[in-house]
Amino acid sequence: MRRTIAGLLAGMSMLIAQGTYAQAAELTIFWAEWDPANYLQELVNEYEKESGVKVTVETTPWSDFQTKAFTEFNAKGSAYDMVVGDSQWIGAASEAGHYVDLTDFFNKHKLTEVMAPATVKYYSEYPSASGKYWSVPAEGDAVGWSYRKDWFEDPKEMEAFKAKYGYDLAPPKTWKELRDAAEFFHRPDQKRYGVAIYTDNSYDALVMGVENAIFSYGGELGDYVSYKVDGIINSEQNVKALEAYRELYGFTPPGWAKSFFVEDNQAITENLAAMSMNYFAFFPALVNEASNPNAKNTGFFANPAGPGGAQFAALGGQGISVVSYSENQEEAMKFLEWFVKDSTQKRWAELGGYTASAKVLESPEFQNATPYNKAFYETMFKVKDFWATPEYAELLIQMNQRVYPYVTAGQGTAKEALDALAADWNATFQKYGRNK
Amino acid sequence: MTSLDASTRAAARGMSDIKIRNLFIIPTILFLIIFNIFPLIYSLGYSFTDFRASSNAPANFVGLQNYRELLSDPFIWNNFAITAKYVIVSVTGQVIVGFGTAMLLNRDIPFKGLLTTLLLLPMMLSMAVVGLFWKLLYDPSFGIINYALGLGTFEWLSNPDMALYAVALTDIWMWSPFVMLLSLAGLSAVPKHLYEAAAIDRAGPFYTFFRITLPLVAPILMIAIIFRTMEAFKTFDLAYILTSQPTTEVISIRLYKMAFQEWQTGRSCALAYIVLIMVLAITNIYVKYLNKVKER
Repeated sequence: MRRTIAGLLAGMSMLIAQGTYAQAAELTIFWAEWDPANYLQELVNEYEKESGVKVTVETTPWSDFQTKAFTEFNAKGSAYDMVVGDSQWIGAASEAGHYVDLTDFFNKHKLTEVMAPATVKYYSEYPSASGKYWSVPAEGDAVGWSYRKDWFEDPKEMEAFKAKYGYDLAPPKTWKELRDAAEFFHRPDQKRYGVAIYTDNSYDALVMGVENAIFSYGGELGDYVSYKVDGIINSEQNVKALEAYRELYGFTPPGWAKSFFVEDNQAITENLAAMSMNYFAFFPALVNEASNPNAKNTGFFANPAGPGGAQFAALGGQGISVVSYSENQEEAMKFLEWFVKDSTQKRWAELGGYTASAKVLESPEFQNATPYNKAFYETMFKVKDFWATPEYAELLIQMNQRVYPYVTAGQGTAKEALDALAADWNATFQKYGRNK
Repeated sequence: MTSLDASTRAAARGMSDIKIRNLFIIPTILFLIIFNIFPLIYSLGYSFTDFRASSNAPANFVGLQNYRELLSDPFIWNNFAITAKYVIVSVTGQVIVGFGTAMLLNRDIPFKGLLTTLLLLPMMLSMAVVGLFWKLLYDPSFGIINYALGLGTFEWLSNPDMALYAVALTDIWMWSPFVMLLSLAGLSAVPKHLYEAAAIDRAGPFYTFFRITLPLVAPILMIAIIFRTMEAFKTFDLAYILTSQPTTEVISIRLYKMAFQEWQTGRSCALAYIVLIMVLAITNIYVKYLNKVKER
């Protein structure tokens, strides 16, 4: 009998031990539902083969992503060990204690040198210039442009363009060239339009689009350290940038007032527009003949320079953070150690993920891998982002409220819209005691 | 034969009153307390705080600050104005179309049953499906509405002046059948002898409609109007799916953004209470009017 009890106890201990092992050897990463998440799942399958730790990339549609993630954070739930959160979340998530401080990890692995500087600044550091890091740059992304090579390279079109504008038709290198090409190809009677831009005012689509103009026109959204906005967001160059964006809207297909990444890719696949703005992460669908009948005739270029020669782009993409309420933080840190390795970053890029590793981005191998990687590389070293403060969502909504009526309906002037926005932002920062 | 007392016989027939209470009423009361009353009181408490659900910071009592700020915010008043405009256009449209259709169906026409069933289909569809469906219909490039009306590339949803009417039109299409159904019930209950008497007195159709039909159907029509007003006031899905114009940002959309995008939990609770009070006030006015109509 004693032997039986001892056997049972031993068996139970084994089961408990196995259960504990199984629990610790499983990690869940939460991300939005899109192709890069599928690439990440492929990548982490390789980690499982190496380490025996099963990693699941759990996804949810973009529209639910923020709500679902923060609902879980607020409940201090341990459903997710890591989250590939939007860059704007950093302030809200770090100040609320939802993310684990990764400063030591960052310094240990010298990630400020390993990753492209802009990605470290916008995906990882909060507060701005504080040297405190909350995520590892995971999916680098930015806004770029695709265009119809066959339209641009048609000899008749080239001749007509030169006759009209006095210079050669080519992928735009400046916002003036972008505007001219958009105007040139805008032919509503042929159901062909000049350009597809972001206009959806639900989250950050329109704001990202306008940022592309603002940053390349040499403007800024404000001082991210002092929270000063007056005279910055409503500066002269920002007014001109907003006017330029409004002008581009005039060359979009009809009914283009609620367009984001899906519609902007459709503009190319459905022969609607000569040029289209979109995140680089959505470009794989444009080089795939199954999803784009014009794949062979689709080219890409980086966000053009503004009138003063400045060339920047709005940042997309996300960093990967460890959730404070995870029960597997140690295992998550081990995963991150693996994730930041050069070999892993190289593999991540091979699978289709947009690495933020400077070394991989600079390699000719990466730049020649796809028709858009070169433009991506050029862009990732000159990106800027929106505010990452905890009240970023209020700032986003205020920008949408002020800018959208001007861009899509021509209500008021650019100056009036930006002056009002400066007042809104100033009031919001005062309300939260940021610019006392 | 075994003799049974009354309670035993009742038990044998089915469940006793106590059992019914324990099995049905107590769980229902508990359910209501947990899912309706508790959140209502809890959110009322939050409406007086600066609580943000996205932060770990505790809720600080701010008194009436949220209410004060909301009621002095021109954007919020604009949202209420948009909502009011939407409710008026949408409910009026539904009453005219719904009641008109009911009048047509109240005659002896062939395939009346089938026709009634087909007309009820829109309100059986999901809001999301209707929204996406009408988004395609309104499309300026390939939408059937512009094609059928010869409007070229007229922009319904992108046009800030037209978007709200486009949403209201969709709502009218979807919910007129509801008004029709209730009106039809009211119309079929009007005693036939009243019309016969009116015919003997040589009353015209105008007189018959305003002196017989409308007064007798009015109470049930008022119930339809109350329901539709409350629903239209709370509308979210259609406006959210069809268009994101600032001119279609009804109060529910603003509330959603405040609560789940901006994470201003306390403030959004206050806004929810303001909306609740407004809906109650409007409903109260309607109910008073309904009672007057009934008394006539």
